[in-house]
Amino acid sequence: MSRRAYQSTAIAAELAVPLAILAAWQWWTVQAADPKFPRLSTILVEFRELWLFSQFELHVVPSLIRIGAGFGIAVVVGIVLGIPLGLSRWARIAAMPHIEWWRAMPPPALLPISVILLNSIENRQKIAFIAFFCLFPILLNTIDGVRGIDPATFETAQSYGVRGFERIRRVVLPAALPQIFAGMRTSLSLAVIMMVLTEYFSSTSGVGYVLLISKNTLQLAPMWAAIVLIGLLGYLLNLLLILVERRMLAWHRGWRAATAQ
Amino acid sequence: MSAPGVASVGSASGETRAVGGAFATRLAPALVVALSVAAFLGLWQFVVKAGLIAEQDLPAMTTTFSELWTMMHTREFWTAFGQTVRGWALGLGIATALAVPTGILLGSSQFAQRAFRIPVEFLRPIPSAALIPLLFLTLGTTLQSEVFLATFGAFWPLLVQTIYGVRDVDPVALDTARSFGVGRFERLYRIKLPSSVPYIATGLRISSAVALILAFTAELFMGTPGLGHIMNVAESFGLTVQVYALALATGFLGLAIYVLFAALERRALRWHPSQRAEAP
Repeated sequence: MSRRAYQSTAIAAELAVPLAILAAWQWWTVQAADPKFPRLSTILVEFRELWLFSQFELHVVPSLIRIGAGFGIAVVVGIVLGIPLGLSRWARIAAMPHIEWWRAMPPPALLPISVILLNSIENRQKIAFIAFFCLFPILLNTIDGVRGIDPATFETAQSYGVRGFERIRRVVLPAALPQIFAGMRTSLSLAVIMMVLTEYFSSTSGVGYVLLISKNTLQLAPMWAAIVLIGLLGYLLNLLLILVERRMLAWHRGWRAATAQ
Repeated sequence: MSAPGVASVGSASGETRAVGGAFATRLAPALVVALSVAAFLGLWQFVVKAGLIAEQDLPAMTTTFSELWTMMHTREFWTAFGQTVRGWALGLGIATALAVPTGILLGSSQFAQRAFRIPVEFLRPIPSAALIPLLFLTLGTTLQSEVFLATFGAFWPLLVQTIYGVRDVDPVALDTARSFGVGRFERLYRIKLPSSVPYIATGLRISSAVALILAFTAELFMGTPGLGHIMNVAESFGLTVQVYALALATGFLGLAIYVLFAALERRALRWHPSQRAEAP
């Protein structure tokens, strides 16, 4: 097979396989006629009616606010704590047991505790819960990123008299940024999961709440529409972060391309 | 003759250095770790006893640990513990049995990988938690729903790591084998599989944590028997101390799994130190 024929077959397969899966889903649900597995077309109609845009403000916006606030807090706290921990070996040794413990803790085990401790099932509890578990990938990646900085970079900075806060801002932060972004990507997908968990556990609004209500009232179509929305949300948020990363790390990739030549 | 003598002198001076270095490299860090943990536990005790946080919101450290100790003498606790471990082990086991062969298949063939790129990219980020209500209505409060959820969650990290591992095989090694006339299956078995082991080990470490999270989630939300279920019951009866003690127990289980699989990963990486990168 010529290279060109191979390329076009590959592209055709790339499009055909997902379409075949969707077609099989539609065909199977029509055949089975099981109310638990509504037709693809029914789900899509339900999706449009629910989320575009009648319930968007009521349930999608609160969820997005919680993800945004929780993730934002995790980014700030993760970087602010991670830089000193990356720079100081003793601080790292002292902090590591706590970090290892909390990141090994399965998040749902702290769900009831978060409600008890914070006396809330409102945004305060949800944002705190999301922020807490999003913190660890960012924190650990910041520590690793700072530790991985070439000592020569520090020596150069020192000989130019760059020190204190200026050193953090101009040397440490940019050098660790690629790895911080890697942590942020993990955290953002965690944020979506934590949002669903907290809202499904106890809430009065949000996408997770729609899941809970449609389960309790045995409405399968809205439930499937919510599942599709959550999948789409995770996908789109990740895409957004990749775009931000490309913009902020353009210098990094450019630099790597230049040295590779 | 002189070589062993030189070696023994070298090792003797190495030992004295090790004794001097032992404090800086082993003893002092251990001391700092112990102090840091003790400080945290002390702080927990203090904020409760000083009344900064009400005791019904956060039981004292000593109360929680003694509750855990009491629980550990009951049969119910260990039954639930075993049920959680069973759901975790089945989920991780099935996920491994499915993800590693699929990953090898998709990683070996660029065509297969492109064909399944979109479905994998779309299914992977679906939070397994979103499937809970669906499983509740279809499979019900059974072990199957717990195992399905754990398997679904654990499958994706392992799949992605395996694909990266197979793709990252040293092309020179492959070409060498090919020019020596090593067959397709033997190449897979002797070159691709061993060199992707470090990646698979990293995938296993990530998936082992995910499987535990989802086994516990199934128990907490669906009422499948296990630690999550008894925590849910304790919470609805307002038995706050029990809730905290169960969270401690779950934390220790998570830590044990993490330590085990991190050690496994280090073993797998030891013979191949160049491949330490975690796939994005």
